[in-house]
Amino acid sequence: MFFDNLPALAVAVPLFGAFLTPLVSKIGDRARNVFVILVMGLTTTVVFLLVNDVFTNGIQTYVFGGSYQPGETVIRIFFEVDGLSAFMAIIAVVLPLVAVIYSWGFMKKETGLDKYYTLILLMTTGMIGLVLTGDMFNFFVFLEITSISSAALVAFWVNKGKAVDAGFKYIVISSIGALFVLFAIALLYGQYDALNMAVLANSIQYTFLDKMALVLLLVALAMKAGIVPMHMWLPDAYGCAPSSVTLVLIGATQASLYGVFRVVFTLYGRELTTAVNQVSLNVLLSVFIVALALATIVVGVLMALKQSNLKRMIAFAAVAEIGYMILAVGAALSTITVDSNTGVTMLTESGEMALKGGLFHIINDALDIGLLFLVAGAIYYATRETSVNKLGGLARNMKYTTVFFLIGLLAVSGMPPMNGFASKLLIYESTYQINPILAVIAILCSILLLAVFVKVFHSVFLGPKLSVFKDTKEVPKSMLLAMGIIAIVIVFFGIFPELVVNNIVQPAADALTDMLKNGLYVKAVLGVI
Amino acid sequence: MLEWFSFLETFKTGSGLWNPLVWGVAAVITFLIIYIIRGQGKKDYKRDTEQTKVFLSGNPEFDDKEKMHVKGSNVYWGFMETLQGVYKTLSDMHTGVVSDYVLWFMIVLGLFLIVLVGVF
Repeated sequence: MFFDNLPALAVAVPLFGAFLTPLVSKIGDRARNVFVILVMGLTTTVVFLLVNDVFTNGIQTYVFGGSYQPGETVIRIFFEVDGLSAFMAIIAVVLPLVAVIYSWGFMKKETGLDKYYTLILLMTTGMIGLVLTGDMFNFFVFLEITSISSAALVAFWVNKGKAVDAGFKYIVISSIGALFVLFAIALLYGQYDALNMAVLANSIQYTFLDKMALVLLLVALAMKAGIVPMHMWLPDAYGCAPSSVTLVLIGATQASLYGVFRVVFTLYGRELTTAVNQVSLNVLLSVFIVALALATIVVGVLMALKQSNLKRMIAFAAVAEIGYMILAVGAALSTITVDSNTGVTMLTESGEMALKGGLFHIINDALDIGLLFLVAGAIYYATRETSVNKLGGLARNMKYTTVFFLIGLLAVSGMPPMNGFASKLLIYESTYQINPILAVIAILCSILLLAVFVKVFHSVFLGPKLSVFKDTKEVPKSMLLAMGIIAIVIVFFGIFPELVVNNIVQPAADALTDMLKNGLYVKAVLGVI
Repeated sequence: MLEWFSFLETFKTGSGLWNPLVWGVAAVITFLIIYIIRGQGKKDYKRDTEQTKVFLSGNPEFDDKEKMHVKGSNVYWGFMETLQGVYKTLSDMHTGVVSDYVLWFMIVLGLFLIVLVGVF
């Protein structure tokens, strides 16, 4: 019974937890914190059981609603969990779990925490639903749940004008993005009378309206993912939200990136090799995506170098990191070919490597940038300061935090033996085989990223002890534990990359390539119907 | 179930590779070399003398150590000055006004629509 309903439980547990949190808060703060951690722990267990099931037995489908009878109209929703969904679900559940552990100490002095934890759990529900659903309208609903709860959390420090401003910008951008997503879904529904992703993927003919829907979905989700030049909301939101919230926001941003993957490879997967005016769709998309990726990397890094606010600096670095992920996807798209003998659509070896690199970098980015944000939060907690011009000498008082920052610094810059090295190496090598200039730009920007964080390390942690910070103490244990968990995973992933690639990344990459080769995602649902 | 030897598998990227065992051995050897070189240090080193003072490129050392700290914005000053033109353009883009954010979205959407729907 329990194991048969894992996809539903993955969404139901945090959802019910969210609505119970205000009630449990009446008992006391400690009870509420324990309750939220238990709910997140249970959600994590459910998601990991589901992930194990998917990685072992293949695609899992779950139906909400009545059973299908020929000739009858049945209202029902599918959850379809393949390797990619499972991979993203890991990120969607681990980040909030670490965030709630961190929040125990970080948010201790704040009020309104019943609402705070409720929103965190709602956001988790939205993210998990977003990556598990196999239904386009459901996708929109979960996108909205994630956006609304995120906007409220960005503006959580309402006593600070900038946070409210950032929250407002976030909800405006999210609403416009969601509106265009809904419009695209309506275009598809109007034509094919279906909302199920697999059914749509099986039906799409690449008509004029299909092209419109593709553009609307891609651009709207790209904006939600923070791709240049539509990234400007991201430093505002990441910079003004509490650090624990920023950690979860990274997952929300990546869930939008997942949407881009799903649209390109699953929904339009069959049409990728369709040639219009002698140019195939995959080449056209690849040119656009690579151009946007390079702009994202370069602008992100250059803007990060300019910032004096630590959180905004990390936020721009996060923008640059998103660029690396989509660079890999763009490079992979350019290598899609149709085998002349078998007629099977497939990626070349370098394309598959690029795809693996891009996917591996998604999880690495969540960990690396997440750790840096938690360190920034720890610095703010201890000093009430975020300007790198005013901070200094903190390594003398905050030894553990300094080590965690150093790990985050090395990881985000792609230095061995951290996780960022392995994924960036895959991206460099694969993009080099496609066009060496892409790899050169990517490597140069990684060096600049290292320069950005060396500057932070020097000005914030090194140097003489400043008199204003002479009484500064290390942060509470819960915050250290949260940072420690991420730091350990970063080092583990860095030292044993093959283990991670084989067991987590490869199934996700296979899910995307299987769709191109034999349409497994479609067959899994049509088999049920 | 994971086997213990799966932890030691080599990560291959085509022309590059990474093996945890090789890395571990290389790290140990590196630290040993550093330790040996350090052991060959100057025998006439004396604590709390002129020898231990920081070299500041000929600049005087302030008594107030706080004044010696280089603030974040002063790092890479030359780089930022050289790229002033680029930074002005980038700063002009980042207005902080939400309607401008939406405008950028509309520009990208328009561009995609023209090329993907209009031309191809």
